[in-house]
Amino acid sequence: MKWVFTFLKPLRSRIALGVGVKIIGTVAELIIPFLLSYILENVIKTNQIKSIILYGVAMTVCAVVACLGNIIANRMAAKTTMRFSTQMRKELFSRTLYLTARSTDRFTIPSLESRITSDTYNVQNFIGMMQRMGIRAPILLLGGSVITLIMDKKLALVMIATLPIIFFVIYSISRMGVPLYTTVQQSVDGMVRVVREDAQGIRVIKALSKVDYENARYDKANMKLRKNETKAGTIMGIVNPVMTLLMNMGIVAVVAFSAYFVSKGTSSATTVIAFMQYFTLISMAMMSLSRMFVMYTKCAASAKRISQVLEQASELEVIEDDGKGDASVHVSFENVTFSYLGKENNLKNLSFSLKKGEALGIIGATGSGKSTILRLLMRFYDADSGVIRINGRDVRSYTKDELTSMFGVVFQNDFLYADTIEENIRFGRDISKEDIISATKTAQAYDFINSFSEGYSHNVTTGGTNLSGGQRQRLLISRAIAGRPEILVLDDSSSALDYKTDASLRQALSRDIPDSTVITVAQRVSSVKNCDLILVIEDGNLIGCGKHDELMQTCAEYKEISDSQMGGAFLD
Amino acid sequence: MTDKKKPKSKKGVFLRLSKYVLQQWPLFIVALVLTLLSNQLSLLGPKYSGVAIDAIELKGGVDFTAVWENIIYMLICYVASALLSYLLSVVMLWLSQKIIYKMRKQVFEKLTTLPVNFFDTHATGDIISHLSYDIDTINSTLSHDLIQIMTSIYTVVGALVFMWQISKPMILIFVFTVPVSLLFTRYRSKKVRPLFSKRAKKYGQLNGYAEEMLTGSRTISAYGRQEVISSRFNKINDEAMDAFYKAEYNAALLFPTINFINNFSLTLVAVIGGILYMFSQNGTILATSAFFITLGGVAQFVQYSRKFAGPINEFSNILHEIQSAFSAAERVFAILDEEPEKADAPDAKELKSAKGDVVIKDVTFGYTEEKTVLNNVSVNAKKGQTVAIVGPTGAGKTTIINLLMRFYDQQRGQILIDGIPSIDIKRSDLRLAFNMVLQDTWLFCGTIYDNIVYGREDATPEEVYEAAKSAKIDTYINSLPDGYNTVLSDDGVNISKGQKQLITIARAFLSKAPILILDEATSNVDSRTEIQIQKAMTALMENKTCFIIAHRLSTIQNADTILVVKDGTVIEQGNHEELIKQGGFYHSLYHSQFN
Repeated sequence: MKWVFTFLKPLRSRIALGVGVKIIGTVAELIIPFLLSYILENVIKTNQIKSIILYGVAMTVCAVVACLGNIIANRMAAKTTMRFSTQMRKELFSRTLYLTARSTDRFTIPSLESRITSDTYNVQNFIGMMQRMGIRAPILLLGGSVITLIMDKKLALVMIATLPIIFFVIYSISRMGVPLYTTVQQSVDGMVRVVREDAQGIRVIKALSKVDYENARYDKANMKLRKNETKAGTIMGIVNPVMTLLMNMGIVAVVAFSAYFVSKGTSSATTVIAFMQYFTLISMAMMSLSRMFVMYTKCAASAKRISQVLEQASELEVIEDDGKGDASVHVSFENVTFSYLGKENNLKNLSFSLKKGEALGIIGATGSGKSTILRLLMRFYDADSGVIRINGRDVRSYTKDELTSMFGVVFQNDFLYADTIEENIRFGRDISKEDIISATKTAQAYDFINSFSEGYSHNVTTGGTNLSGGQRQRLLISRAIAGRPEILVLDDSSSALDYKTDASLRQALSRDIPDSTVITVAQRVSSVKNCDLILVIEDGNLIGCGKHDELMQTCAEYKEISDSQMGGAFLD
Repeated sequence: MTDKKKPKSKKGVFLRLSKYVLQQWPLFIVALVLTLLSNQLSLLGPKYSGVAIDAIELKGGVDFTAVWENIIYMLICYVASALLSYLLSVVMLWLSQKIIYKMRKQVFEKLTTLPVNFFDTHATGDIISHLSYDIDTINSTLSHDLIQIMTSIYTVVGALVFMWQISKPMILIFVFTVPVSLLFTRYRSKKVRPLFSKRAKKYGQLNGYAEEMLTGSRTISAYGRQEVISSRFNKINDEAMDAFYKAEYNAALLFPTINFINNFSLTLVAVIGGILYMFSQNGTILATSAFFITLGGVAQFVQYSRKFAGPINEFSNILHEIQSAFSAAERVFAILDEEPEKADAPDAKELKSAKGDVVIKDVTFGYTEEKTVLNNVSVNAKKGQTVAIVGPTGAGKTTIINLLMRFYDQQRGQILIDGIPSIDIKRSDLRLAFNMVLQDTWLFCGTIYDNIVYGREDATPEEVYEAAKSAKIDTYINSLPDGYNTVLSDDGVNISKGQKQLITIARAFLSKAPILILDEATSNVDSRTEIQIQKAMTALMENKTCFIIAHRLSTIQNADTILVVKDGTVIEQGNHEELIKQGGFYHSLYHSQFN
């Protein structure tokens, strides 16, 4: 919960002001019943219409103050809540984007998503409610206690004696509450996961007529959520009746003790009656506190989930370079070993080096570790051992910004979002329209973009579902080269292109961006054939390394792949 | 979707929500009874304490027996009242959870009946928002505010009855103030309501954007675009929060104002009651007059007025919660009202064991009315034949698949399966006649076994292992610590795109459907593995009508018919030899591989 206060801190003067106004309004409101009973008990008996009207005017004034005070305070509270939530969600979202790949894997996307949405709403609701309703109860509680203490210390102490019990109950239930609501939020994750998956896989589901199966799968998640919510509610529901009961027990005790005190002559019956009225006020305040308390546990569970993300170290640490690298070598791997899960090595003892402007091809079976090489180079993960260098410097010595500014990259099945083609290529960078157009020419995307009536302003749908696979890949390649990267990384990103287009793309790349070092991961030999260096990877091992012609001689596996493809080559 | 539709009237939303509550009438009645009882009990407690205090106050000293007796009554009342109110909260929890569960279920089941187009045009996050945020909002109103409303009605009516008995003329005060409150509430809520709708919509957009960007988090990170994306998110966030603030700002006026009206009427009651009492005392008002009132009468009337006003206050206080629940319900109902995939005609034909003859006749289609993607396409595929679809990307190849599976319906022309127009066949039967492997692999969060057996639920474990072996993924699966029970989690790092595709191919091996669609089925599989599974793929295609979109020439070369599609039109059609002889587009494509 600590981070909540960090976000509230800059708003503290505003909150203080709002609370001040709220207190004035609340006090004005609480004076009304006092005036009322005063009229009934005293003024009415004086038989003076004038003074009754006078008191009536006083009541009206209080009512106006209460009304204005509450309106102003609630509006201020809304503003504070708005500022708080904006800040909270902003921070959380940006933190989420800066998470390391490992952390993202661990949290999982659906869970991160429900943290940004569902959990922030829970916290927001609580902050809003606290300001609107959290003022009145403490005032009543404090004021009531003070007045009762002044009226009759002994009886007040009887009542105060119940407080430790109440706090104990609150404490023990709150310890249960937070885990309970954490489980509820986890079930929300589970439900979100099914909806997200099914929204993405609707074609397969419909094709296999799996609607019933999916309904059952969703039902399971839904049922679990219902079960956990019911469980949390059933346990947290105890708070309110127990609090009321304890307060009422206090009343009973007061009555019992007062009988004793009155008979002894240390208390008077009239005090007892007045005392009881205040007691009712106090117990009402306690009840509303208990309601806020239940909301608090819910909020605390969500706040904890949010803080898990906020407290996550966002970047891999930048270390000092050892200075042992050779600055004339553009990219080098030196005995790099890596494992995703710490069990089996996904990459073993890999070494290679590239000069500036050279082209590297990586080929190998699915799951052999090709993409892993790229992820390590771009420092999504740190190698377990060995060093990776760019321009002779350890990649770990670059800041994230320095590093990313060097790369243009297309991942397998990369992402396009709902915006124009132009914006999808620009991707929020400072790139001129001319550069974008020339990038699309290199990427062989120029013609099809112009075939749209809106051209570069054509709107792409989420995930690029309104484009074909090949069109998507060409847009992604345009995006990667538009930033004139030092290193261009293409991870199996021309698989949907026909042979002809793929070949034109390769030619255009070496013609238009000759200074860029290009790293291509591919299934097709034809895509890497002309590279200066080709790595053949199998099960994380480098089993072949060299130019096409060399590999055809030295690497049996490479030859096998090549023969199979050249014999039964591709066509579109 | 919500914007297209006319906003439903508030009454409509209210009625539909009430229907959900009333459908759970046994629980609802129990809740009602419990509310009455616990309210009664909570009134009894103070009564006994009054009696006990009277016994303390006796002139002849404290009557301890009476005090103790009443203390025991008080204890019983309070314990019973605590039990009842706990019971009530549990009943309300059951009630609301039942309703919420049902709503989520309905919305989800509705989603699965919607046409594919819906998912192509709606952000996943926004869809999720309906099921999480919107339904949650309804939930909190149902579980908290419903009791409040029921109690309020009970107290208001009760108090009114008592006030009527004490002084009819003084009720006149409320004849003025209550309608003023009502009118004001009505006026304000009309004004505030669109603000709440906007707020719910904005939250949906916010969730949609968050989901979309999180999906691409790796790319965003690779390009170091976090700041730009964050600032765009912030813009949407600001808009959403602005909508929140505007709704709250305007709603903030209501409660204090109603409270003021109530306080003011209380003042009037005290002043007018006081004056009436004075006149009653000095004889200006006769004891027989309706205006006559005693001091006790005034005091009681004031007490009941407070009881009367309290719930009205409370109601105006929770009104904005109710309104946001209504806006949320509106969004939920909009999904429930969404046009589903056109229902099968009542006389839709069954297609249990299709042979697999497929005829496409003069089919024309466009995703939008204005722009056609396919023009007059015709193909004839006999059982067991293979049709390859070839052409530049974006030419409409995948669209043909969309039409075959009836994800979309063609605007003109016909598709016949075994001579039956496909639009006359039950959708589920039609789709079960197809088996497909798509370029975009789709696996769900579950074990590898579950993901493979998804292809045919009644497959035996042996068949599943066999399928995995055929797809050459068996060895990999067995190398995993948990083997077939390995849970595939979201965007799991330990499994590559190619391996995912092999799992979907294994899934396809299980299916016994007579028609097979391969849309770049092996695009992510490396060629060595591809060669290894080639034999199995050939076996899979045997005796099946196949539609293939592929790059691999060998597969295409052997096809019975090759369709060359360009710009939505079939420009060439025939087998490999015929097309090469024609020397057209196919010919040039074929030769490009040698350059």
